[in-house]
Amino acid sequence: MARVFMKGTEAVAEAAVRAGCRFFAGYPITPQNEVPEYFARRMPEVDGVFVQGESEVASINMVYGAASMGVRSMTSSSSPGISLKSEGISYCAAARIPMVYANFARGGPGVGSIQPAQQDYFQATKASGNGGFQMMVFAPSTVQEAVDMTYRAFDYADRDRNPVLILADGVIGTMMEPVELPEMKSDEEIAAMKAAKGSWACVGHELDYAHRSWIQPGQWSTARMQEVNEEADALYRSWEKDAQAEEYMVGDAEVIIASYGISARIAKSAVNVLRAQGVKAGLIRAVTVNPFPYKAFDRINYDKCKAILDVEMSIPAQFVEDVKVGVKERCPIKTCLCSGGNIMSREAVLAAVKKIMEG
Amino acid sequence: MEKIYTRTKTIQEDKVSGFCPGCMHSTVIKLIGEVIEEMGMVDKTAAVLGIGCCGLHMDYMAYDNTTAPHGRACAVATGMKRANPNTLVYTYQGDGDLASIGLAETMSAANRGENISVIFINNGIYGMTGGQMAPTTLIGMKASTAPKGRIAEEHGYPMHMCEILNQLTAPAYLVRTSCNTPANVNKTKEAIRKAFQNQLDGKGFSMVEIVTGCPTNWGMDALASLDYIEEKMLPEFPLGVIRDR
Ligand SMILES: Cc1ncc(C[n+]2csc(CCOP(=O)(O)OP(=O)(O)O)c2C)c(N)n1
Ligand code: SF4
Ligand SMILES: [Mg+2]
Repeated sequence: MARVFMKGTEAVAEAAVRAGCRFFAGYPITPQNEVPEYFARRMPEVDGVFVQGESEVASINMVYGAASMGVRSMTSSSSPGISLKSEGISYCAAARIPMVYANFARGGPGVGSIQPAQQDYFQATKASGNGGFQMMVFAPSTVQEAVDMTYRAFDYADRDRNPVLILADGVIGTMMEPVELPEMKSDEEIAAMKAAKGSWACVGHELDYAHRSWIQPGQWSTARMQEVNEEADALYRSWEKDAQAEEYMVGDAEVIIASYGISARIAKSAVNVLRAQGVKAGLIRAVTVNPFPYKAFDRINYDKCKAILDVEMSIPAQFVEDVKVGVKERCPIKTCLCSGGNIMSREAVLAAVKKIMEG
Repeated sequence: MEKIYTRTKTIQEDKVSGFCPGCMHSTVIKLIGEVIEEMGMVDKTAAVLGIGCCGLHMDYMAYDNTTAPHGRACAVATGMKRANPNTLVYTYQGDGDLASIGLAETMSAANRGENISVIFINNGIYGMTGGQMAPTTLIGMKASTAPKGRIAEEHGYPMHMCEILNQLTAPAYLVRTSCNTPANVNKTKEAIRKAFQNQLDGKGFSMVEIVTGCPTNWGMDALASLDYIEEKMLPEFPLGVIRDR
């Protein structure tokens, strides 16, 4: 496998192509303009389809349509654009249509700022649209991880017949790093993946009422609607096994940083600095933010740990609410925050940890 | 005796129509079903239903279908057709759906010349939600959100979608028909057939705008609604082929 130097946005797009994604629709928004631009160049080379939608709303609905035909499909955007997609995402979740989308999050609310932020956490993990549906949400902290997560996201989407979100941020999107790209799925594999969806894909079926494809983003009968929601709930609960966390130097730690995505990467470098100075710091990084790796917080030695430090690029803090659920009041939780497009600084993390150690 | 007319097989036998008496949605979906059957395309067709009374038949159509978010049918159909060009993809949308909330998707799909067929039910009102004003509501026509009737100074004028799309270069076929007389029903059927055939021939975007009635929300019986179509709707929405390339 070749090691190449790539920008996060383009690496994500290439990973999707290699995973067999053959339909992409998107609309320009900073900091992810290179995603549609990359697909515009790349899709014709692999007999795939790229459409520049007239809006984020149109783009997500094109993906809803393409994915309904059994084709691995993707869209991407940044925060305000993701808000516009929410109705379409909800339709995909309701109709159990597998698709993948990425949010290269920027400062908010409103048009906010075009710089990186982590202010879409609740939207990503709790309510990405109406109706209380859920999705698996992956939070990369390196370009390599964004590549690997995007590649696997399509498998999870197909496994569950459900949307999957890559929750990245402007740093991951615009940073260039060396990456190993995954293997390109062959045309035969891609055809087989599509064929496997033949029974429900909306491609046309023999005239047979019982076995027609009926993509249903809603139900006439409230009894059936409840059943559908119960089935979805069972799926969501089955994800407990899929929760992933990176636990770094947690065993003897006196301060444990809880973080995700780019903040966690910066926090990890702070942990290394602190350890070199003899400070017993550790890190729990949520790799999946839904399902949330609550169990990682059960493995903490609370006799040693003085406090948890929540590090995130959001004011008010959001990720901390899940940390609280994991910690269950077994030790105090402090925060180290920035917002609005300001990137977390290692110095701020170091200072926050030292304050805890002194206090 | 020889049986010369049967119900189209594309409509499930044991189901009851959800449409009001005199509603022409049922006439049009029957025509679409007949055309698909006659073209031998039942196993290769997918309908994209808009949100509105147009979705009331999803339970008893016997072939593949999906429902788009309100107004987004042309975007959903774009994705479907591009992802699987062998499927005959048509949208079925009301005037609120196609000409108000979905105007951008309609215009943009038409402008790209997407190879899809659009069946547009213009009944001058929001049927499903109970008679609110639509972009096609006539001047003076009462709606629950225009209790004094549509007033040009306040609400603007009825939108003529065929003529608006006729400003674009790409569309292949734009036609306005009605179902108020047997002759017009036959013309509507032929227009639907042509819109579908255009797609099979790869000609691009076709739209059949069908002027229909909504007796329930117009507050009249089925027969009176036929007169209203003839006397009020058709002078505003003249029938005929607007574009045929
Ligand atoms: C996003 C969204 N907004 C509003 C609605 C409510 N709604 C359902 S149908 C409809 C109007 C449908 O009118 P039209 O498209 O003319 O179809 P008709 O019922 O007249 O055939 C509206 C506003 C909705 N379902 N979704
Ligand atoms: S409300 Fe109007 S459009 Fe809807 S089914 Fe009844 S008559 Fe038809
Ligand atoms: Mg209407």
